[in-house]
Amino acid sequence: MVDITPADGIPPAEVAEVELYHPHSWWTKYVFSQDAKVIAIQYSATATGIGLVALVLSWLMRLQLGFPGTFDFITPEAYYQFITMHGMIMVIYLLTALFLGGFGNYLIPLMVGARDMVFPYVNMLSYWIYLLAVLVLVSSFFAPGGPTGAGWTLYPPQAIMSGTPGGQDWGIILMLSSLILFIIGFTMGGLNYVVTVLQGRTRGMTMMRLPLTVWGIFTATVMALLAFPALFVACVMMLLDRALGTSFFMPAISEMGEQLQHNGGSPILFQHLFWFFGHPEVYIVALPAFGIVSDLISTHARKNIFGYRMMVWAIVGIGALSFVVWAHHMYVSGMDPYFGFFFATTTLIIAVPTAIKVYNWVLTLWRGDIHLTIPMLFALAFIVTFVNGGLTGLFLGNVVVDVPLSDTMFVVAHFHMVMGVAPILVVFGAIYHWYPKVTGRMLNETLGRFHFWVTFLGAYLIFFPMHYLGLMGVPRRYAELTDMTIMTESAHHLNSFISIMAFIVGFAQMVFLFNLIWSIRHGREAGGNPWRATTLEWQTPQTPPAHGNFGKDLPIVYRWAYDYSVPGAKEDFIPQNMPGSFGPSREQA
Amino acid sequence: MAETLTHIGKTEPRPSGWQGIAADWSSDQRAFKNVSWGKAMMWIFLLSDTFIFGCFLLSYMTARMSTRVPWPNPSEVFALRIGGSDIPLILIAIMTFVLISSSGTMAMAVNFGYRRDRRKTAILMLLTAALGATFVGMQAFEWTKLITEGVRPWGNPWGAAQFGSSFFMITGFHGTHVTIGVIFLIIVARKVWRGDFDTGRRGFFTSRTGRYENVEIMGLYWHFVDLVWVFIFAFFYLW
Repeated sequence: MVDITPADGIPPAEVAEVELYHPHSWWTKYVFSQDAKVIAIQYSATATGIGLVALVLSWLMRLQLGFPGTFDFITPEAYYQFITMHGMIMVIYLLTALFLGGFGNYLIPLMVGARDMVFPYVNMLSYWIYLLAVLVLVSSFFAPGGPTGAGWTLYPPQAIMSGTPGGQDWGIILMLSSLILFIIGFTMGGLNYVVTVLQGRTRGMTMMRLPLTVWGIFTATVMALLAFPALFVACVMMLLDRALGTSFFMPAISEMGEQLQHNGGSPILFQHLFWFFGHPEVYIVALPAFGIVSDLISTHARKNIFGYRMMVWAIVGIGALSFVVWAHHMYVSGMDPYFGFFFATTTLIIAVPTAIKVYNWVLTLWRGDIHLTIPMLFALAFIVTFVNGGLTGLFLGNVVVDVPLSDTMFVVAHFHMVMGVAPILVVFGAIYHWYPKVTGRMLNETLGRFHFWVTFLGAYLIFFPMHYLGLMGVPRRYAELTDMTIMTESAHHLNSFISIMAFIVGFAQMVFLFNLIWSIRHGREAGGNPWRATTLEWQTPQTPPAHGNFGKDLPIVYRWAYDYSVPGAKEDFIPQNMPGSFGPSREQA
Repeated sequence: MAETLTHIGKTEPRPSGWQGIAADWSSDQRAFKNVSWGKAMMWIFLLSDTFIFGCFLLSYMTARMSTRVPWPNPSEVFALRIGGSDIPLILIAIMTFVLISSSGTMAMAVNFGYRRDRRKTAILMLLTAALGATFVGMQAFEWTKLITEGVRPWGNPWGAAQFGSSFFMITGFHGTHVTIGVIFLIIVARKVWRGDFDTGRRGFFTSRTGRYENVEIMGLYWHFVDLVWVFIFAFFYLW
């Protein structure tokens, strides 16, 4: 009897030596690199670049809203194009790419004690396809008819009709193609992140010893792998509707008095597919932020995270629940009231694990040795912002309150608070926190504090008044609000005020970018572990970590990631790779 | 204050059932013991791909259930006139038979791969690829027949326009999967034939060495594509 068990398929008991690809030239080292750290920087730089485009678009929109009629070049069509591209870029090409492609690539291998992602070549392809998706997106600005103006939700039938900018031109085709490319590229990276966390950890690193950052990114990636398919399918079908004249989403409809060829499709089907992706997407952005902020708070308050296990299960629970709430984006689509009741209930249930997380962050701070470093300031700002945005979510989650508030500025204020400002605050905090590891130097403190206070206060001055405008009934997605009777004089003043604050906050981001570039050469030398943190990425022999991350031997993990201020220990932190003889652990068994 | 050094320096007997799963997941290094990175990655990819096909099929079913014009009868549309009588679904039956058979040859290839029988493995993989290519060829014949009968993505002579749109989209997407599978089968078969997995020859792109397990990972994909076809067959042709 021949032994057919896959003898060479059984992995070694120890993940010691990954077959690393060693670059031979400048090109394979810095451009077509297979090193997750380089790919992470490429992802982050591309995301930041396209994010700047979205920032400028938001300025243009605020120019129009704050000072209507002053700027002739912002036509209603252009306004819709700005709003669409701003939303799509910010949600997908900036936040998703930055959290998963950027932070995921940099932190996962380092934090789990791996030499690299499990399939570096596929990981590299992931970035280049993402770049291609971004280029296709940008090309739509130069295409005849300009980019699509269908709104970031791309609802049919209007998205592919001639009244919408780009609807019968190139805009919508390029947008859908770009999204399809993004999803293909993301899948390549996402598979890597998931397998690295599940199968590529170092000795002693159990799932329940992973830093919460890894848990957040891991869960978000799993969700993305299950949610993006719905968007992929929706994009393919709409592309067929637009390019071949099928009628998946197009009902019998006439345009300019002319009956179109379409017949019998369902626009609501698109909404279901889109939001089956769209709602998990909120948490795809939020969960990495949850994870990162937990680590920032614990490190900078010199205290172990409160209720680590609960935090993990809350992340997993939020991830699972987010797949059964999507139709709360569709209360006004005319669906069965019983469905509305169901989705309102599931939506409100999400508040439970979310509240657990907020309480645990606060309890971690409680009697901690709080260092008001810049990462900590951003983390604290995140907690209040997230609570604020979450509370308005309770309003919008209820059908009876949502129906009148739907399509007003209240919705804009809500989602900008909860999934715009809050995750971006974490992104900033994380950059201030990990920049010393990436470059070896600290970011400038003075510029950092300026950046923090202007961004934090400015964001509130932008989005808090917007709630009032929404309650007043001011609709969103209107290019021109001058002749509306509900708009009082003071509301117009408020709009101008919001616009001015938007420019100031945008300016502060330029200061931040300057700081990023300036500090590479002129920042203070950071050393290997400036925050005296416990997780593995701070224990690398070199800073920035060399190819292969760790030296000859991979670290062995003896404790969880949160041994701060352990009584009886010499220092107020014990790194994860320090054996028990170095000090006791507070790890919950 | 317990110093937990999970699974370092000692091998515990693995408990059975759910406790075993819990023990694996709470251990270090790997959640799925004895599962290589490549195999884990393929499984997770297939899970994601399942959602894509699921969304396609659900969308098609929504369109079919909500249309107000009659849906063309698949048994008539997909009938072939052989020897003077219409035989419903005959081509689809042959296609399904061919594809399911290819799963069998694939499974045999995996078996011979682990036995290090390079020649048989490569031949069986090429046979699988040939059956897959036959399937795609018959699909091309089916498309041609329907197109000559006037079926278009935007309409057809017999009823709901969504019939043609869903048909071309779903079978086209599945056929693309089969085609990609055929290409990769040929690539892996070439590697097996040349003995790459014995000599440790490195891949052209990845510069990594492969193992005979790659045949099995290829097989996972192939069986998945076959399984999806069973669902398409049931929901599109038999409904």
